[in-house]
Amino acid sequence: MLRVEHLRIGDLSPLTFKVAEGECLAIEGPSGSGKTRLLRAIADLDPAQGLIFLDGAERNEMPASAWRHLVRYCAAEPSWWTETAQAAFADAEKPDARRLQGLLGALGLANELLKRPLSVVSTGERQRLALVRALIDNPNVLLLDEPTAALDPQATALVEELIKYQLLSGHSVLLASHNRAQVERLSHARLLLPKRPGAGTTAEHAA
Amino acid sequence: MSYVPLTTFDLLLAATLLVINAAISWFFRLKLEKSIAIAVLRMVVQLALIGLVLKFIFAQNSPAWTAMLGLVMVIAAGIEVMTRQARPVRGWQAFGLQTATLFFIGMAVTGLGVGIIIGPDPWYAPRYVLPILGMVLGNTLTGMCLVLDTMTETASRERGAIEARLALGSHRFKAMSNVLHVAMRTGMIPILNAMATTGIVALPGMMTGQILAGVDPVDAAKYQVLIMFLIAGATALGVVCAGVGAIVLLTDERHRLRLDRIRTKS
Repeated sequence: MLRVEHLRIGDLSPLTFKVAEGECLAIEGPSGSGKTRLLRAIADLDPAQGLIFLDGAERNEMPASAWRHLVRYCAAEPSWWTETAQAAFADAEKPDARRLQGLLGALGLANELLKRPLSVVSTGERQRLALVRALIDNPNVLLLDEPTAALDPQATALVEELIKYQLLSGHSVLLASHNRAQVERLSHARLLLPKRPGAGTTAEHAA
Repeated sequence: MSYVPLTTFDLLLAATLLVINAAISWFFRLKLEKSIAIAVLRMVVQLALIGLVLKFIFAQNSPAWTAMLGLVMVIAAGIEVMTRQARPVRGWQAFGLQTATLFFIGMAVTGLGVGIIIGPDPWYAPRYVLPILGMVLGNTLTGMCLVLDTMTETASRERGAIEARLALGSHRFKAMSNVLHVAMRTGMIPILNAMATTGIVALPGMMTGQILAGVDPVDAAKYQVLIMFLIAGATALGVVCAGVGAIVLLTDERHRLRLDRIRTKS
């Protein structure tokens, strides 16, 4: 259970909400309303006032690295610090070859892609590789920022399947997406960030 | 051991060369006349002042006076590190950290060079301590500025990659390791180039000075080698301290990248 209490993002009024295990909360709002800032703040990548609990433990009670092993932010435009994806995976604390194979297969990515220079890998493939990278150490909470923005319908379907599987296996997901249909398909609840800062926020539960 | 002292008339004669600078600026409309005048005036006043100050301190020949001027030099070098950077990190922590680094490196390297290796009598002889401290500080601060500039620039450019690593749970030093690597190389290269080309392209200033003052060229070369070793060691220390310090300044204790701490261009 992820619990956010009185979290201050920019000029927005403080946000309070919960995301249970196996639940997907969609973050909605126009561009610039603070969706990315909210996800970054939950991953503790930006300073923000307020409390964030995961299973009763506040983020400041544990080292930042431990928190981010549990609560994983996935940027809309993934960046890499190595020449190939393989080198970045070798960087992981406990590389798990079987899990890597499973994730690559689930997202329709070929093994050879790992060895290819990332500069010649397509945008969509890079985005899916970044999702594999984010899931490799099995974090409890996924903060997905436009996870299918660069993908074709086929790849989008694969990513949505993987997200559903994560939800079924008890992970929590926060999803910022401009894709209405996708939000309908995946989310259990929605958080609407207002257009004008300071105009208040509404959280509504969909069916 | 003798040299020809210069008279005021000699200097005025040399100053006529500045007419060339002024003429070029006028002819090509560079509008540098004012800058040339200010630079020349600053140079003459500063050198005359430091000449008088050094004369006074050499006459005192006391450890306290030597230490005081040394401290002033360290603080001036610390200020220079801040002003020379294109986009320094805000706040007194940055200045404090850099000045403290210069202080310890200056003390350690000058202490080793003068106190142990050269061993003048008395050990605090300002004639040895102050020029060597000056050369150590000057080169160390050049290396530090290069490292700090490269760190802030590369961290801004590579923000996505650094934050990707942080988001995956990397320690801030691990997330910044690529940036640190680039910056430290950049900081080391000038002193390596200087060592490789010294004596071929131009004689180093100190060696030239000693030769003009009548020192045997081989002895002057020995001194220059000693100075180069001291400078190389000091620069390496300065580069490491500036790099690690920059990581601490550009990130916080929650391992977040804090580019908001960099002063924006005004």
